[in-house]
Amino acid sequence: MPDWSKEIHAALERLNLSVAQEASVADELTQHLEDRYDELRREGVDEAEAIRLVRSELGDGRLVAELKGILAPASESISPGNDKRERPFAGLGNDLRYAIRMLRLNPGFAAVAILSLALGIGANTAIFELLDAVLLRTLPVQAPQRLANIEEIHDDRIGSTVARQKNFSFALWQQIQQQQKGFSRTAAWSTERFDLGQGGEARYVDGMWVSGGFFHTLGIQPSTGRLLTESDDYRGCGIRAVVISYPFWQRAFGGRTDAVGSKLSLDGHPFEVVGVTPASFYGLEIGHNFDVAVPLCSEPAIRPEGSWTADTTTWWLDVIARLDDGWTLQKANAQLSSIAPGIFAATLPAGYDAAARKNYLRFSLKAESAATGVSELRAHYADPLRALLAISALVLLLACTNLANLMLARAGARQREIALRLALGASQRRLLRQLLTENILLAMVGATVGLTLAQILGRVLIAFIGNAEDPIFLPLYPDLRVLLFTIGIALLTCLFFGVAPALRAVRVDPGTVMKMNGRGIMAGRQHFLLRRGLIVSQVALSLVLLVAALLFIQTFRNLLTVNAGFRQDGVLVADFDFSPLHIRPSNRAEYKRKLLADVKSTPGVLSAAETTIVPLNGDGWNEFIDIPDRGLSRQLVYFSAVSSGYFQTLQIHMLAGRDLNDGDTATSPHVAIVNEQFAHAYFEDKNPIGKTFEIRQDRGKPNRIYRIVGIVGNTRYRDIHDVPTPLIFVSPYQTDDAGTDSTFVVRSEEDPASLIPSLKNTAARNSPQIVLTFSVLRTSVLQGLTRERLMATLSGVYGTLAAILAMVGVYGIMSYMVIRRSNEMGLRIALGAQRMSVLGIILREATGLVAGGLIAGTAIAIASARSARALLYGINPVDPMTLVVATTALLIIAMAASLLPAIRAASVNPIQVLREE
Amino acid sequence: MKYIGARLFERELKKGSAELLILSLIERRPRHGYEISKLIEQRSEGLLKFNVASFYPLLYRLEKRGFITGRWVEKEGQRRRRYYQLTAQGKKVLKDQRSCWADFVLAINRITEDEHA
Repeated sequence: MPDWSKEIHAALERLNLSVAQEASVADELTQHLEDRYDELRREGVDEAEAIRLVRSELGDGRLVAELKGILAPASESISPGNDKRERPFAGLGNDLRYAIRMLRLNPGFAAVAILSLALGIGANTAIFELLDAVLLRTLPVQAPQRLANIEEIHDDRIGSTVARQKNFSFALWQQIQQQQKGFSRTAAWSTERFDLGQGGEARYVDGMWVSGGFFHTLGIQPSTGRLLTESDDYRGCGIRAVVISYPFWQRAFGGRTDAVGSKLSLDGHPFEVVGVTPASFYGLEIGHNFDVAVPLCSEPAIRPEGSWTADTTTWWLDVIARLDDGWTLQKANAQLSSIAPGIFAATLPAGYDAAARKNYLRFSLKAESAATGVSELRAHYADPLRALLAISALVLLLACTNLANLMLARAGARQREIALRLALGASQRRLLRQLLTENILLAMVGATVGLTLAQILGRVLIAFIGNAEDPIFLPLYPDLRVLLFTIGIALLTCLFFGVAPALRAVRVDPGTVMKMNGRGIMAGRQHFLLRRGLIVSQVALSLVLLVAALLFIQTFRNLLTVNAGFRQDGVLVADFDFSPLHIRPSNRAEYKRKLLADVKSTPGVLSAAETTIVPLNGDGWNEFIDIPDRGLSRQLVYFSAVSSGYFQTLQIHMLAGRDLNDGDTATSPHVAIVNEQFAHAYFEDKNPIGKTFEIRQDRGKPNRIYRIVGIVGNTRYRDIHDVPTPLIFVSPYQTDDAGTDSTFVVRSEEDPASLIPSLKNTAARNSPQIVLTFSVLRTSVLQGLTRERLMATLSGVYGTLAAILAMVGVYGIMSYMVIRRSNEMGLRIALGAQRMSVLGIILREATGLVAGGLIAGTAIAIASARSARALLYGINPVDPMTLVVATTALLIIAMAASLLPAIRAASVNPIQVLREE
Repeated sequence: MKYIGARLFERELKKGSAELLILSLIERRPRHGYEISKLIEQRSEGLLKFNVASFYPLLYRLEKRGFITGRWVEKEGQRRRRYYQLTAQGKKVLKDQRSCWADFVLAINRITEDEHA
């Protein structure tokens, strides 16, 4: 009787069944055929005929065809593979299952690997998510890529620029609206704080001035009620309608539908709420939300005195526009350029002198894509975020090198397994794929955890950047770009930490490995090359991070301790807005003096003074002056108007002459105090007291002449980063109209914030209608340093992390090398080598590697610090001291990390080693 | 022509009824593959006959669909064999198929007898 099972197995092989299933089916069918054969023979059929009949049962290959759809093929086996018939992705599921099993078997390894990847990827994703929100994400409006921001190209503008950097006066906006052709719709807008209260301490909301077509231009539908339209915005509309944002609706009205139709008091004027914007719309400014949108035409009603609408020298509006069908940005720009001369000629400010007119007529217009909105945050944080992204990428790279080392060690431990599988016929490619699957799995799990971490980290960062006075509103969510970024870095990471060790692992000679009992083939010295490379790159990367940390920390420290020329602590800034009292312009100076006297006599106040410009809060005021004595004309100089006691309150050095005093009134000759830098720049350091300068007035009016009566020390003016510039202090009372609000700087011996209640009482005694705003000077200055604080803190954290990672990495690699060479060390000792010389061998090797890393790291650190020059303050990017400190610190860390393995090598017991050998 | 037509008809009938036959034969007790195929041949007096290439795929399909389960059983003095038995689902299917078959045969008979009459 033939062996039927052979024939059946041969037929079944094509089905690629699992071993067990194939055996079971073959067994069953063989039995059947044997039974049939026996039966035929019993019936007297001769052998040849019986065999023919039985064989016909198999149906000429029909069996396999019939079984094909019924029996499931086994997933491909993992180890022995045959390259020729292998499909590229066959057995991937198996690889994955195997990878999961391997990680489960080594929970410690898996935890360390996943955690370090998650931290690295999380840090990167968080910063990228911020970058995405600030720089890349488009506005949540209809077809944002068709939106453009129309801007003014200009040199020095003479007049006031309000509410951050704005582009246009009202007159310019009107001209643009009438004359442009490339845009189907245009709208003007601006930002403004409105006070919700009725006297007392102000309760501000963030508002927008918007022209009637604003919401239509953006293509936004109301969430409830209606949005403002052209019919809401007409000249002389007075106090009428406002639209509120969705978050404000929730916050102030609890989302009630009767909010629409109710009244809302803004700066004391009752507006009717007509509708709510959709929840997704936060305004055009990235990083800031708006609460209320008020029609432009209400501006003169809210600000009856000095309305910006009527003033051609107040730049307070931005213009957003939607490209018309068939127009490109380029074409629209060409049209804007062609109409610009006419527009600027038509809006020429009447007061300008010849030079200013000439300058103004040279201005031009351009349009830029506004798909991603406008943002001051962008200009301020784009570079720091990019730098932080680079820094966190380095940390990730460092984590990768540590992981690569870990993988190498693991590959060493799995050498026998891999050799066995190679010996059984598995191809290198197949094994490589499986090892890489393990790495990809690690990277993907790390990325998932990292993405979750990033959500938390991103919110912490936003809280860090914002503050109570200027909260940052950035909706953070992982959009497609963020997800792709995370997946991308996870794969890159995998490439960095996984490929080299995996390649190394599969390139072994199975015969050699199997023969080496316990000791791996990687013990050979040449195989340490990769590990040596890892030490060098770890030390180099850590040095770069450490240098970055030191530079940013020093920048922050320099700014914290910079001598601004005045004492910042102990000063409260109090703004008293008495416009609701409607005091006549001629009486305002007197009222202000009285208010100042009251503030001075408030309990707890050491000294107080009025000022128009609070130093270091970004405000500025400049004028063109002439100094006929020196033959100088049209010099642009910064000003501040301060009362007597200002220099005393801020403790600014009075170098010569006198302070401004009560004798300096609107009717007395104009006097001024200048700073040292002014004397240096315009009087060649000679005493300028008694000399005069002239401030240019509007065309047709004579220059106003000021006599210098005192010199004070230099102070920083708008920003702590600035160098001291020439500065002139004049009296706020030597004017026809002293304005309707007073800003006081108040010094206290105690916590300046503790003065607030008593100052409120002082204001209330004068009039409960006065609107008050308070801030602590030092706090505001520190808030101006948020960017540097962020850089210092994060780079500090990353620098420390880098140092720790480097230490762990160097220790790990050195320990490994020592263990692998313990035979050699044992032999050396047995042959008479001193233990100290063995110690020396290891330490010398470590020193060589670390030195290599330090040299490479110094070069990279210098190059990268140079590119971050703009983010540094008071320190040279190539600061020798910083480099020395960082290098020394790393050297100590690395040597400390190598010492323990070296001692271990030196204390090897030669007898034991020889016995093992 | 007549000959080929009859063969085709027979094959289609066999195919349509094979499931019902197998399910019926293991209704009372488990049986192994050879036994089932033998019973079909005997009880049909040689009219219905399945070879290995068509019979086992049928069995495995029924098993895959969950109507029957196969299990290797070793009995003393005998070789190890795979026995098939009905599952709960298989019992239900058998019941349905049986009544369906009865209706079908009845209907066919009525029609073909009418023709003869």
